[in-house]
Amino acid sequence: MSLEALIAILGMAAVTFAIRAGGLLLANRLPTTGFVASWMKHVPGAVLAALVAPAILAGGAAEAIAAAVTALIYVVSRNLFAAMLGGVLAVYLARLALGG
Amino acid sequence: MHAPAPQSGSAQFWLGIRMFLPVAVSIAAYGVVWGVLAGQAGLSVLEVALMSGLVFAGASQFVALDMWTPGALPVLSIIIAAGIINLRMLLMSATLRPLVGHLSLPRQLGAMFFVSDEQWAMTMAEVRKGKGSVAFLLGTGALSWFAWMGSTLCGRVLGAFIDDPTRYGLDFAFTATFLALLLGMWRGRGDLVPWIVGALAAILTSRLIEGNWYIIVGGLVGSFAGALAETIRERRHVA
Repeated sequence: MSLEALIAILGMAAVTFAIRAGGLLLANRLPTTGFVASWMKHVPGAVLAALVAPAILAGGAAEAIAAAVTALIYVVSRNLFAAMLGGVLAVYLARLALGG
Repeated sequence: MHAPAPQSGSAQFWLGIRMFLPVAVSIAAYGVVWGVLAGQAGLSVLEVALMSGLVFAGASQFVALDMWTPGALPVLSIIIAAGIINLRMLLMSATLRPLVGHLSLPRQLGAMFFVSDEQWAMTMAEVRKGKGSVAFLLGTGALSWFAWMGSTLCGRVLGAFIDDPTRYGLDFAFTATFLALLLGMWRGRGDLVPWIVGALAAILTSRLIEGNWYIIVGGLVGSFAGALAETIRERRHVA
């Protein structure tokens, strides 16, 4: 394992634990409603949207079709694993069909 | 004293484990996915064990994989991204304070290590029923930790048998998983603004700035827009 990788992992662990512990220590001072609380609540969704959108845009027709299939399977089944497998299968078949 | 007699700590611990079992199964399912993707991203078995065991926070670990480029690891942006994504836990552990108030500080902090979306949600549901305890939280947390650790290692070891991921479309597994995780976060129309703004900000940033900063920029700008929209809606509602 490289030193870089070790620092990245330990850094992630330290930051994450500091947040978990910080919430407890700052409990009386943190806003539970209002703008800041609402901002924090929306972060995970916005981060995932920020991850997905450029990836889909960078792909071709096969990736766009597969993204639609993934979304459809997830909405119907609510199963992450099924959605991922369906998406991978769809991109595989679409690339074959489109010759990509 | 009209409250029902509290259960013993170990009874609460085992109750937490029993109630968490179905959730642990779904955690294990995406843990396997994460492990396979970790192998693709170039993480060793030891790195997988260290990250799952010490960071123990799924969403931030998925994002770290997306940024993981061995040889030229963007260490700082990986750590910042983890901090931003896990910031929501600040509010979770804050609400758990009444549950751990009677413990010594080191024990309080130790218990907080096990706070994550699912464990917190289930413990708070128990608290709302007038039950729930730190032992219950630890039961859910212990099972969750073993499920996450075991499944991510399994995925990493099994994934090593796949030689060329792009040949089978497995390179798309990242995007598919993130897309499904995102859809699973849908709570209502209030999510529309942060998602769309986050997506557009990320697309724009990825064209303008090199590297993975678009994830952090999109996440911050999108969630800010979401909070802004929510505040404006509430003001109108009041007025």
